Amino acid sequence: MIARALGFPALRFNGLIGILLVGLLLFVAVFGPWLAPYDPLKLDLLSRLKGPSASHLLGADEFGRDMLSRLMYGARTSAWIAFSTVVFAIVFGTILGILAGFLRGWTDRILMMVNDALLAFPGLLLALGFMAVFGASRNGIIIALGIAYVPVAVRVVRGTVLSIREREFVEASRVMGNSEIVTMLRHVLPNCIAPIMVLATTMFGWVVLSESALSFLGLGVPPPAPSWGNMLSTGRPYINQAPHIIILPGLCISITLLGVNLLGDAVRDWLDPKMQD
Amino acid sequence: MAATNEKQAVLTVENLSVRVGTIGVKVVDDLNFRLPAGEMLALVGESGSGKTMAARSVLGLLPPPFQVTPESRIRLRDTELTGLPPAKLRDIRGAEIGMVFQEPMVSLNPSMTIGRQMAEGLALHRKLGKAEIRDRSLAMLERIRIQNPERCLAAYPHEFSGGMRQRIMLASVMLLKPALLIADEPTTALDTLIQRDVLDLMVELTRENNTSVLLISHDLGMVSHYVRNVVVMHKGRAVEQGDSTEVLHAPKHDYTRRLVDALPRRSAGGIRSAGATGEPLIELKDVVIDYPGRARLFGRTEGKRAVHGADLTINTGETLALVGASGSGKTTLGRAIVGLVTPSSGTMQFRGQPLAYGRDAASRSLRQAIQIVFQDPYSSLDPRQRIADIVEEPLRLDAKMDRRQRQERVREVFAEVGLAPEFARRFPHQLSGGQRQRVAIARAIVSRPAFVVADEPVSALDMTVQKQILKLFRDLQARYGFACLFVSHDLGAVEQVADRVAVMENGRIVEIGGRDDVFDRPQHAYTRRLLDAAMLLDRSFAGGAAQKQVAGS
Repeated sequence: MIARALGFPALRFNGLIGILLVGLLLFVAVFGPWLAPYDPLKLDLLSRLKGPSASHLLGADEFGRDMLSRLMYGARTSAWIAFSTVVFAIVFGTILGILAGFLRGWTDRILMMVNDALLAFPGLLLALGFMAVFGASRNGIIIALGIAYVPVAVRVVRGTVLSIREREFVEASRVMGNSEIVTMLRHVLPNCIAPIMVLATTMFGWVVLSESALSFLGLGVPPPAPSWGNMLSTGRPYINQAPHIIILPGLCISITLLGVNLLGDAVRDWLDPKMQD
Repeated sequence: MAATNEKQAVLTVENLSVRVGTIGVKVVDDLNFRLPAGEMLALVGESGSGKTMAARSVLGLLPPPFQVTPESRIRLRDTELTGLPPAKLRDIRGAEIGMVFQEPMVSLNPSMTIGRQMAEGLALHRKLGKAEIRDRSLAMLERIRIQNPERCLAAYPHEFSGGMRQRIMLASVMLLKPALLIADEPTTALDTLIQRDVLDLMVELTRENNTSVLLISHDLGMVSHYVRNVVVMHKGRAVEQGDSTEVLHAPKHDYTRRLVDALPRRSAGGIRSAGATGEPLIELKDVVIDYPGRARLFGRTEGKRAVHGADLTINTGETLALVGASGSGKTTLGRAIVGLVTPSSGTMQFRGQPLAYGRDAASRSLRQAIQIVFQDPYSSLDPRQRIADIVEEPLRLDAKMDRRQRQERVREVFAEVGLAPEFARRFPHQLSGGQRQRVAIARAIVSRPAFVVADEPVSALDMTVQKQILKLFRDLQARYGFACLFVSHDLGAVEQVADRVAVMENGRIVEIGGRDDVFDRPQHAYTRRLLDAAMLLDRSFAGGAAQKQVAGS
């Protein structure tokens, strides 16, 4: 009822869960520094590898740093990296994909040649290459991963555009005298939304995992600053003695992915006129 | 005739009802019929009448929410089919009951050769060796008059036209010599000439094998030429049942009468004065249109010439129908006039000015003056726009109109095409096919064009809806006086709207003249064939009636 009053169509249960989880993530990412009980970098060697207790609600890591605080600060880093990277890749991918699919001809051929060359490399390898150029910083990671995922978005968007541009309503738009740009923005782009949304939510997952893989290779967010990815990779040696060090960031990643996927599906349905009955 | 009743029934359907779920709406309501061995029976109705659901329940192939009610009885000879376990049903499907679907474009698997698809059924149900299967397939392909059957076995579906695919589909089903063939609108997706061929072939093959046929169709006229027994369905109920000639000539039920009224007949359009009355509006001289070949890494593959030098004049306010089979180039010519295809040579003139589509202001006003209505109302409306926005869109290009004026005009057009004002806020998927085509027409006439190309505007619609839309078209034309190029393969529709008719075959215009001249005194052999295939009710033609005689006896 509330959702309807706000102008949303009847949101399914799943959509509400998605909003809740992503909302929680954003809340923690924004207010983490004020909520965290400790400084995430403060060492407390006496609590080293200790499990959850009254003083450290979620235990402490291999240097005795408070896990809860680190996860909260990590949420900020990881969420920022994931959202920015996905937005970067989707925006550029959509622009290039629509240009290639709609203009065809030489634009398409050259764009796709470069695109396919990039696609031939695994995303992580590409990101590694770009990291060497941009340096191992937070913005470096965003740009490197963003560029690495653009080719995937270009492929998906171009394919969708190619199928939509053959539909008769696009021809109808031409016949009534609309310019190519108007046709593209008014008729082609809105009909690409569903695959783009699906891609964006899937990509969110890839990015969080790639960021942890980069950290694993020592190219992620430089320590001691916490990110879920580098917490996973630095906690690995202690998996037998103190499993919570690695389980907790892993759990955070999984829950975030769940939330983003549910929200993505809900947004896709929400934008689909067929679901508004 | 009396003997037919004593013949053993191949299919007996009693009290058949189909529901959505167990307590939902009945989409088929208490259907009863029996189909004797070697005979044909037709379920006739429009979309939503439940005819397809009824046929599918025979095969146990109802899509999930639909269920056959417990009191329904479906017997194949002496076997009760309702409640049969899936494994038993699978043995019967294909082997005892064959099915041909509507869309030959999608009912063959594009990634398998014809040979493998034909072999599938035989291997599954008849346990034959490879060589035996191949021999039988070859014999069957020869039987259906496919040139070079060897080559056909190794070919893929995309290499054949729609009509050919439907023949192949039919052949592969009949290969198993089933006792019953269910044909669900087997020719609806084909154009009229090929429809005749495929139906004739179906009658031949089934008669040879003494196979009974359950034909599902929306076209009462076509059915009455082939089938003696018909069941007319409306909203899930059988409203009339009996001999096709009687149903056609003395319909008892109201709905049947409407259906019969909508059938194409020679006299439907009334008398119309032929000949040019207005000024020439559109003049085409020696227009040649080529489709370029596919671009390869080096060069291009060879292109295809779709139109070989067409001359055509359309006068102000008249309707010129351009008829021909699919592939004749009629649609391409229509698309060239609205600028969707560029001719390779020749001249096109509009009001004496060359017809050229550029980016300048003159081109823009030209765009306003020439509009198109597409064939498929399901793909010609943007699914993400509201109806009012779709209709308003052409007006947004007119700088002289402000928002208020535009909305005012949209309201006017809504009333003119018979759309209720509450449709304005809806999306295309919430409308029926006929309503959508009204929207497409509203979009085309909203900017008051001088000329409209209508590309098969009714061929995707039900018969009774077709009739309404054609009438709407004529009314609008009388009011606005726009000229129209009516592209169609359906002479029944053409008869109702055309002032003049041009017949196109293989990219050439072979005959052109006043409607009555072309219909009553066709000069060209191709025109005569098209007319025969159109099965106009009150125009006698060779073949069909004789076929029915033999099929029914």
